[in-house]
Amino acid sequence: MVHVTMTVNGNAVTGEVEGRTLLVDFLRDDLRLTGTHVGCDTSQCGACVVHVDGLAVKACTMLAAEADGAAVATIEGQANADGSLNVIQQAFQDHHGLQCGFCTPGMVMSAAALLMENPKPSEAEVRDYLEGNMCRCTGYQNIVKAIMAASGQDVATVSVA
Amino acid sequence: MYDFDIERPKSIAEAVASMGDDVQALGGGQTLIPTLKQRLASPEKLVSLTGIAEMKGICTGDDGRLCIGGATTHADVAAHEGTFAGLAQLAGRIGDPAVRNRGTIGGSLANNDPAACYPAAVLGTGAGVVTDRREIAADEFFDGMFSTALDEGEIITEVRFPVPQKSSYQKFVQPASRFALVGVFVARYADGVRVAVTGASEDGVYRWSEAEDALGKQFDAGVLADLEVAAEGMMEDVHGGPDYRAHLVKVMTARAVTAAR
Repeated sequence: MVHVTMTVNGNAVTGEVEGRTLLVDFLRDDLRLTGTHVGCDTSQCGACVVHVDGLAVKACTMLAAEADGAAVATIEGQANADGSLNVIQQAFQDHHGLQCGFCTPGMVMSAAALLMENPKPSEAEVRDYLEGNMCRCTGYQNIVKAIMAASGQDVATVSVA
Repeated sequence: MYDFDIERPKSIAEAVASMGDDVQALGGGQTLIPTLKQRLASPEKLVSLTGIAEMKGICTGDDGRLCIGGATTHADVAAHEGTFAGLAQLAGRIGDPAVRNRGTIGGSLANNDPAACYPAAVLGTGAGVVTDRREIAADEFFDGMFSTALDEGEIITEVRFPVPQKSSYQKFVQPASRFALVGVFVARYADGVRVAVTGASEDGVYRWSEAEDALGKQFDAGVLADLEVAAEGMMEDVHGGPDYRAHLVKVMTARAVTAAR
C-alpha cells in the first residue's frame, strides 16, 4: 500500500491506496465523491475529467499514487460557496447543455479548464477542446452554446455543426 | 486491474536503481495504463517517472539542439512554439487536451506505436534519444512496431532535436482514436530534407528516401508527383487498406511541404 496526501477541492485528504488504484476509484470509492463518472474506463469518453494541479486529466487513466502531493479539483467543488451553481454550471442549465447528464461532470470540468487557459475561446476552439469528451445525447450543440455563454460571449452565432 | 507495486522516485539515479526484472517504467500512462487494464502487459512493479523534476522541461543545448526532458508532457511541448513550430504543432494535435496534459515524449517514444506522432518528428529530424546510459541516433532507435533499441530497464531521459529551417507535420486522423492513419513529418535543413512517415508501414515509422532526394533538389510539393509509393508492406485495418495508406503517404507529404514554415 502507498500512503497518499493531497488536497481535493481545497480539503486536505490522506489515504492508503494500492499501486493499481486509479485516481477516479480513490475519489469515488474512498472519498465517496461520486460526481466524477466512469464512462468508458479507456480514456476515450472524458466523463472522468478532473483537474490535477489546475490541468484537466482523465482520472481513469492516472494512478492515485501519482496524485500524491497534488491539488485535485472535482465537480463537487465547482459550485459557488453559497451552494448556487457556478457560471459554467448555470450556463449548462440555461442552455440545456445536457440531457441524461452522465457526461456533464466531465464536460463542466473540461470547460472550466478551457476557460482558465483561454477565457474567450472561439466556437472552433471550444469544439476542439471537447475532442476528448463524448456526449451521446445532445449532439454537442447546446454544450458548445453553454460554454460560449459562460465565457460571456454571444451564443446566437453558434453554428449548427 | 491486477495488483502491482509502484514507486515514485525523485531523481533519474533513483529511478534507474528501481528498475529490474519485471519492472516497467511509467511515463504519463496514457497508453500503459489502458494496456495494464487489458492485461496486455503485467509487470510486478511500475516506476513512475512523473515525479522526477530533472526529466521535465525544454531548453536549447550548447550545440543548438532543442532539448526536451523525457517526462515533458505533450501540452508543454505544444506551448513551446517559438523555437521549433513544427514540433509544437505536432504535440498540440496528439490525442485530446486531457491526454496531452499527462502523456510524455519519452513514453511515446519508448512505446513506439506504429501510428504514434512523435516517432515521425524524431526520425524526421534525426534527433538524438538520450537515455540514462547513452545517446541513440534516431536512425538506430526505431526497430519495428512497438520495438526500439532500448535495453531492458533503460529510461529515455531527454530528446535532442536539431531545429530545421522549415518543418511541418501533417496527420490524417483516424477519427475514433485520433492516432495517425497516416502522418508525415517533413523537415528542411541547410544540407537536405528529411521525410518520416508514421501510421502507414507494417514496420512502423520509416524515412521516405526518394521524397527526401527530390525535395532536397527542389523543395516544392510538385516534385512528388512523379514518385511512386508501393502498397506492399503497408498496414491494413478496418480504417484503410495498403493502397489507401500508400496514397495518403504522398498526399500528406505534399501537404507537409506546402505547410512547412
